[in-house]
Amino acid sequence: MAAAEQTVEQVDLSRSTVRELNQRLHDAADGGPQSWRITHPNGLHAIGAGINAPLELEIDGHVGYYCVGMNKEATVRIHGNAGVGLAENIMSGTVTVDGDASQSAAATGRGGLVVVRGNAAARCGISMKGVNIVVEGNVGHLSGFMAQKGALVVCGDAGEALGDSIYETHIYVRGSVAELGADCIEKELGEFHTAELTGLLAEADVDANAADFRRYGSARKLYNFNIDNADAY
Amino acid sequence: MTDERTESIGMRESALFDRNVIHEIQRKAREGIYDIRGFGAKRKVPHFDDLLLLGASVSRYPLEGYRERCNTAVTLGTRFAKNPIELEIPITIAGMSFGALSAQAKEALGRGATAVGTSTTTGDGGMTEEERGHSEKLVYQLLPSRYGMNPDDLRRADAIEVVIGQGAKPGGGGMLLGQKISDRVAQMRDLPKGIDQRSSCRHPDWTGPDDLEIKIGELREITDWRVPIYVKIAASRPYFDVALAVKSGADVVVLDGMEGGTAATQDVFIEHVGIPILSAIPEAVDSLKELGMHRKVQLVVSGGIRTGADVAKALALGADAVSIGVAAMIALGDNSPEYQEEYEKLGSGAGYYDDWHEGRDPAGISTQDEELGKRFDAELGGRRLANYLRAMVLETQTLARACGKSDVRNLEPEDLVALTIEAAAMARVPLAGTKWIPGLDGKTG
Ligand SMILES: Cc1cc2nc3c(=O)[nH]c(=O)nc-3n(C[C@H](O)[C@H](O)[C@H](O)COP(=O)(O)O)c2cc1C
Repeated sequence: MAAAEQTVEQVDLSRSTVRELNQRLHDAADGGPQSWRITHPNGLHAIGAGINAPLELEIDGHVGYYCVGMNKEATVRIHGNAGVGLAENIMSGTVTVDGDASQSAAATGRGGLVVVRGNAAARCGISMKGVNIVVEGNVGHLSGFMAQKGALVVCGDAGEALGDSIYETHIYVRGSVAELGADCIEKELGEFHTAELTGLLAEADVDANAADFRRYGSARKLYNFNIDNADAY
Repeated sequence: MTDERTESIGMRESALFDRNVIHEIQRKAREGIYDIRGFGAKRKVPHFDDLLLLGASVSRYPLEGYRERCNTAVTLGTRFAKNPIELEIPITIAGMSFGALSAQAKEALGRGATAVGTSTTTGDGGMTEEERGHSEKLVYQLLPSRYGMNPDDLRRADAIEVVIGQGAKPGGGGMLLGQKISDRVAQMRDLPKGIDQRSSCRHPDWTGPDDLEIKIGELREITDWRVPIYVKIAASRPYFDVALAVKSGADVVVLDGMEGGTAATQDVFIEHVGIPILSAIPEAVDSLKELGMHRKVQLVVSGGIRTGADVAKALALGADAVSIGVAAMIALGDNSPEYQEEYEKLGSGAGYYDDWHEGRDPAGISTQDEELGKRFDAELGGRRLANYLRAMVLETQTLARACGKSDVRNLEPEDLVALTIEAAAMARVPLAGTKWIPGLDGKTG
């Protein structure tokens, strides 16, 4: 690679606006710097939202809401904590947070991988549609609510109403589950799922043994309305 | 399907327990479940028919029909967007999902709207190629379910509509029953085929107006501030909800009254939640005026709009444009007498059919059945819709000119009177022949 391509573009958000940064990141889809280091994010919102190219981003500090929302292809590392809706509706690429993530991390994500090294708050993976999520710590209540596709891996404990009204997402939890949500049940951790889990742990660079996890998924009783299940609604 | 039976002495139908009520009690006792259906509210509520326009005479003069210009164009999204939407007519096509409607029907909506220079809207289920391809101006909805949501479609939309509520079901989520989930619908929504889809009623990644403002900020960032962002709310507390939408940064507020159509909702919801659009517009306009935002944040209203008279009256109350759902479906060919026999086989009739959730629409419009879908000719449907829209615009202009207006949006409350005390109180215009506006004792809001 030519030396020019390897240079890291530095953006200091105490000097430049999120708008300027995002415009440059969007323009990078048509050529331009591929590696970016962002400093002083200071909890600002929508940093890196709508990236549409295989960029590399390092963010030094805490980010606000919707950091790298709807990400496509980029590999992002946040050296700090993330606010609400981290990588919401992510399409592809990888987003890693060294610290904790607030509510609705990776909400409605349709692809890619989101890794939270700390804890994720309530509604982690809510309505997820194909993204894979690995949380090294705990997740809050209503995580995996109406989760449709993809996998949610929790290395710590899960809060109340885990997987409420879940569809086809695979949930793996190593610690305790405070309570399962409507139509979410424990399922056998067979060969296929062990392999999937092992792969995800490796991809997320987490040192854990798949055999220590339990698997949860949909009882599929709410898939078509049945009056006998009315009390579950 | 008119009922031939007539009441005779000694057979008195109860006003409370009429035949429909009795039928429904019997059905519930049998099936143990509420009624789900499409269409809008069927009960009578105060509506635009309860208002009249005052034509010009000596105190003000009218404009010459067919000769003097009466502008119908309106621009939506002038507050923040780089590219506001310029419409040639003040009537837009409301959001109706692919899933609820066939791909052909969505295409026809695009064709019809484009022919007369107005916009169409996606719905709960994502954007299809058919509608994008045939809609010159397409509004892309961001709903709580986020089915099919993706940044590429956001970037190729002409506007984005954050849906918070729908007039047919304020506070309710969506519903698409298993029988309408074809392979294509399932794939677009990332769900297995054939299962009921219950869209959530709250957004997954924000709660409350402070969050909404940040969410809108994210959408603007993703689209580089190019396109307008609408916020759609159901009419229930419009004074406050409109203020919060404006505070959250909306370019356009879409306000949908309780008469508004739906593809599938519980009947109890359709008929009993929310307020009529007639009563919601003045509250919304008050809210906008108090914020100094009337005409700066445009107001689009819907709920039972059928004619140019409805359009003219909605505009006179202060709306910038209207939106239609059920009327557009009927214009395409839904409930057409052509299919009378088949509607009867479904236990209904042309003019009554509202089981749009079942996916067996003989007209091929509210269905995912391939064979039924093929019956519907998108080109012809598009032409019918364009004709209907043109006729409505002519009606609107006729009324506006009669009131002396060279722009349909110059119609004003002063041009209106009410036929009933209820409508006078709700629309805040005097009862015809009086100066009386009930309820307006110096207070607003
Ligand atoms: C078949 C059908 C499907 C609809 N789907 C949606 C939808 O996906 N999203 C939405 O916001 N509103 C939806 N609506 C409501 C319309 O956008 C609009 O608010 C309503 O139809 C306006 O009232 P009207 O039908 O009386 O004109 C739907 C309405 C109908 C009739």
